Amino acid sequence: MIEVSGLTVRFGGVTSLDGMSVTFESGTCGLIGPNGAGKTTFFNVLSGFVRPASGSVTAFGEDLLGMAHFRRARWGVRRTFQTEQAIENLTVYENVAMIHEHSKLSGSTRQEDVLGAISIVGLDDVANTKVRTLGAGQRRLVEVARAIVGKPKLVLLDEPAAGLPEAETAHLGEVIRGIPEHTGAMTILVDHDMSLVSSCCENTAVLDFGKMIASGPTAEVLRNEQVVRAYLGAAEEAA
Amino acid sequence: MASTAQLTSETKPASPPSAPPRWERGFWTRAVIIAVAILLVLILLPQILSLYYVDAMTQVAIYSVVALGLGVLVGRVGLISLGQAAVLAIGAWVAARLLFATSLPFEVVLLAAGVITMLLGTLVGLPALRMRGLYLALITLMLAGAITIVLASLNFPNGGHGFSGYNGALLHIPPIRRPGIAQTDPAYFRYSVVAAVIMFLLVLIHVRTKPGRAWAAIRQSEPAALAAGINTTMYKLWAFALASFVTGVAGGVLAGAVRYLYSIDFATQDSIILLAVVLMGGAYSIWGAIVAGLLYQLLPAILNDIGISPDWLTILFGIGVLQVLTTAPTGIVDQLPKDIARLGRFIGGLGRRSSPAKEPAQ
Repeated sequence: MIEVSGLTVRFGGVTSLDGMSVTFESGTCGLIGPNGAGKTTFFNVLSGFVRPASGSVTAFGEDLLGMAHFRRARWGVRRTFQTEQAIENLTVYENVAMIHEHSKLSGSTRQEDVLGAISIVGLDDVANTKVRTLGAGQRRLVEVARAIVGKPKLVLLDEPAAGLPEAETAHLGEVIRGIPEHTGAMTILVDHDMSLVSSCCENTAVLDFGKMIASGPTAEVLRNEQVVRAYLGAAEEAA
Repeated sequence: MASTAQLTSETKPASPPSAPPRWERGFWTRAVIIAVAILLVLILLPQILSLYYVDAMTQVAIYSVVALGLGVLVGRVGLISLGQAAVLAIGAWVAARLLFATSLPFEVVLLAAGVITMLLGTLVGLPALRMRGLYLALITLMLAGAITIVLASLNFPNGGHGFSGYNGALLHIPPIRRPGIAQTDPAYFRYSVVAAVIMFLLVLIHVRTKPGRAWAAIRQSEPAALAAGINTTMYKLWAFALASFVTGVAGGVLAGAVRYLYSIDFATQDSIILLAVVLMGGAYSIWGAIVAGLLYQLLPAILNDIGISPDWLTILFGIGVLQVLTTAPTGIVDQLPKDIARLGRFIGGLGRRSSPAKEPAQ
């Protein structure tokens, strides 16, 4: 369970998160909202890249904000990035094995575990291939494998389907739906692809201008008038 | 998803090894070829070269190690340091001081120079924890300037007493001593090459193992490295420590090579030229450091030999860096084999075109 309370992040004069309070219970939860709503900022706070002005985050009873950023990854907070960041000059295996190399997980299970994660995302054939030769979809999957290897507690997926063709998004959806079963980790999925979010997440929370405007079962949230207005309103203005 | 879970256990027996295959494939063949090449350099070069060029090649060995250290920072971690000439000066100063003040074996002095330089060089790296790119370059350049000024006022040890070991009133300045087994220039050349080989091995081990992979992650994306649980602060300092250690050892070897040290030999702008030759040689490859050493020391020696001022090299290096940055970002060491292969294909293509009669026959 992740309890977020009164989380505020300011960048100069811009308030990116404005007293955000939400509880993510378990399983795979969606986090949606228009561009600039603060979703990535929230992930950055959880992974320690951004220090909030105020507020608290408790993950599975642990005060997350008191932990150094690299320790959070070792402890079990893992993530992917909006712009994919698999390490190009390393192989898929080396990318995924990295977390094991830098945490104190035991060596004997390491290879099994890494190969297991690679297998879950379906990259067995390219395990020893350098990431720079892979396509965009496969690179996304490398990031996902890196996030789910070695007993993570919380997996943050930041727009994993952005820019992927339909078939690859479908495969990604399958992988995401399998995360609880394979790792037991809680997952928070940020994406603009509503069919992906509704097929993966029982519950969804909605951020708009740094504030939570709705949360609850995904189907209900997507029908919520305020949510529809936040999305369509933005669309109309853009048009 | 159950099917994928099964897939996991099924594919395990045929699973790839934890070490990447390139580490094993052809590893011994390559190691033997490299060992033979080193032996040839050690035995043949002093035989066929004049003393002038043997001395130049000693400098090449020394500066290849300096370039190697800078290559670790620039190529592996993506940290630009413009202070390496000053780091080299620290190594040379410490070694010279110890060689005059003590009767420690030369190897111990080299090790001490490496370790002390490592500690000071890591301090130079502290700003790197907060900044990158242009600002880090500027800070390291200023620090290098500061170190140069301090060394200029302290002077290099010349056999005097006290902390600085400098005595301006000395009439007969004793040369910095060399190891017993390497008194002559050809012997010292061999000694320098062996020291350089050990430094190359040290760096090679680093880049092919855990720190190398951590550096690769940091270079590409610090957030991604942090998200993989990498202590980026420690690994950046580790890179500075390694680069400073090898540069410090190179400084010690340099002290024995030139035998008289002056602060004027470690000009701040040398660091800039060093970065230029490292980029030209190839910052992403260990072997690029050797090319950089040759560009930095052999090329001026050749120009001097044929009566052209080596100062012209600054212009040449400028053009070289421009060329590398625009057309061959991986440097000469990567580009030259490709160009040769391309030339081979071109010549092969010419050959095929000139004998078209064969093709219809097939």
